[in-house]
Amino acid sequence: MPTDTQPSSDTQSKKSDSILVADGVTRKFGGLTAVDVEHFEIQRGKITALIGPNGAGKTTFFNLLTGFDEPDSGEWTFNGQSLHGVPPYKVARKGMVRTFQLTKVLSRLKVIENMRLGATGQRGEKFLPSLFKGLWSAQEKENTDRAMDLLARFKLDAKADDFAGSLSGGQRKLLEMARALMVDPELIRLDEPMAGVNPALKQSLLGHVKSLRDEGRTVLFVEHDMDMVRDISDWVVVMAQGKIVAEGPPDTVMANQAVIDAYLGAHHDAALTHETEEEILAAAEAELEAEAEAEENS
Amino acid sequence: MEWSSVLSGAIEQGIGPSAIIYCLAAIGLNIHFGYTGLLNFGQAAFMMVGGYALGSLIQTWGWPLFPSLIVGLLMAVVLALVLGVPTLRLRADYLAIATIAAAEAIRQVLGSAALNDEFGGQDGRYGFVDGMRSLNFIPSGGVHFLGLDFRSYDFFIMIVGWTLALLLCGFVYLLMRSPWGRVLKSIREDEDAVRSLGKNVYSYKMQALVLGGVIGALAGIMSGLATSNVAPSDFATDTTFFTYTVLLIGGAARVFGPVAGALIFWFFISGLDLFFDKMTSGANPTIPASIMTDDQASLMRLIFLGLILMLIMIYRPQGIFGDRRELAIDAH
Repeated sequence: MPTDTQPSSDTQSKKSDSILVADGVTRKFGGLTAVDVEHFEIQRGKITALIGPNGAGKTTFFNLLTGFDEPDSGEWTFNGQSLHGVPPYKVARKGMVRTFQLTKVLSRLKVIENMRLGATGQRGEKFLPSLFKGLWSAQEKENTDRAMDLLARFKLDAKADDFAGSLSGGQRKLLEMARALMVDPELIRLDEPMAGVNPALKQSLLGHVKSLRDEGRTVLFVEHDMDMVRDISDWVVVMAQGKIVAEGPPDTVMANQAVIDAYLGAHHDAALTHETEEEILAAAEAELEAEAEAEENS
Repeated sequence: MEWSSVLSGAIEQGIGPSAIIYCLAAIGLNIHFGYTGLLNFGQAAFMMVGGYALGSLIQTWGWPLFPSLIVGLLMAVVLALVLGVPTLRLRADYLAIATIAAAEAIRQVLGSAALNDEFGGQDGRYGFVDGMRSLNFIPSGGVHFLGLDFRSYDFFIMIVGWTLALLLCGFVYLLMRSPWGRVLKSIREDEDAVRSLGKNVYSYKMQALVLGGVIGALAGIMSGLATSNVAPSDFATDTTFFTYTVLLIGGAARVFGPVAGALIFWFFISGLDLFFDKMTSGANPTIPASIMTDDQASLMRLIFLGLILMLIMIYRPQGIFGDRRELAIDAH
């Protein structure tokens, strides 16, 4: 596998202002090395896409960085502070908030309550002060106003008093994104925001992701659909088999041989007949479809 | 045949001391299971440490009432920490396993012959309520109204108990309308989501476990005070499951669910008992002995209770106060 260990020359182009830097992060599941990343950086104020075929270790790497999983080795820093061994809730408080591949809305809470939960530093979340409404009602009102503004931006304001469990799959994705914004994060990390979403909503989701950057936040998102990525990302990092195989601006990366190999297999351009190639592609598409269905059904 | 005595007997039990004990236990369990989603299958253990601390400190070590009562509540805090520290970081099932095992282990230890001097073995502790009796302000003739009869001390316990239950309901209401309660309910729905928003889930689960456990201990203390006895058989596993039944009848995650559940549960269980007792007793019983003897009749209440539970689960799974819309929502 010559391409695996030789990242493209783009890796060497140092980023001027990194919000997150990771070095030598590995995670093993028994004999399988799911993640083995030598160096990874996210530039402040940009949209970075982490892409790769299924099973490349994107989500595992993502979980490691947010503290939801512990790596076997490695160091990573956020705004210069080490995040090694920091529990997920503290990672979130430092300004790095994530969403989930399978949306995690709080079904039997109202949409507005989902939003209010996201607000940080709530006085009413301490046990004794919570008993006295006077101590937290003003803050609650502020949070509610901010929540309604965000819901309006994501076109969910009409649903504020519905149970979150009654929302459609796409609306849940939007709610999760809006709720993450209640934390007012510097870095927002979206795990497959487009998975299981219809094409029309995809466009609007893409618009929302761009608007996050436009208001000065840094965005990292995981995706396995390359076409989605081309449009909106400023920087693309490609993972395959747990390693970063290439990174760079979207157009350069898409043309990179290592990336094409990762997605289509290393021998796809070797002496294949046209028919076999079609077969391979059809099989790959069927697999993707089956997966999308599985996601919808879950 | 005195049918009105069946009705008045059922009402007396329905609002009597036993209903209060299960109401209090269910208020605690509601904080665990109803609001936070903690699967505590050992509520009997919290009741037991409260009741036994009271009984043994007074009878064995000669403490006065109020300090014993405070220690009983503190013991519940200790038990919650011991159970929670190792299990609350793990998946929900582990707390269930730990609590049900701990409840039985504590019961076996307190009832063991080796500790007979301290805790009285299988007989437990008794006769330790003089301090409580001295506070009784109800006339010694007892209380009689609407055909109901209560003994003086029982009625005193009822006043104290229901006052306590209502105060706790108010307390739970204040907590659950606050942002603190919102975090608990969110943990019930999905704790990873709560974690991702910067909340210390472990700390909140621990707070809920301690609070519900202390209220459980209060139920055990009331049980000791009401019957003037604490014994291992009072705190067997079925105590926990009756508490769940009370909670589910009333509706989980509802402030007044435990109150309504306890009233209904004890009304039916004692009404059915009295009814079948009447039907099979006397020289010429309504149900002849060839069909059912009076020994068998005493078991009928459990059969009918099971039937009623099934009907509630089928036709009103959300309980009395629950919101069906909420229950219809799938977890994902």
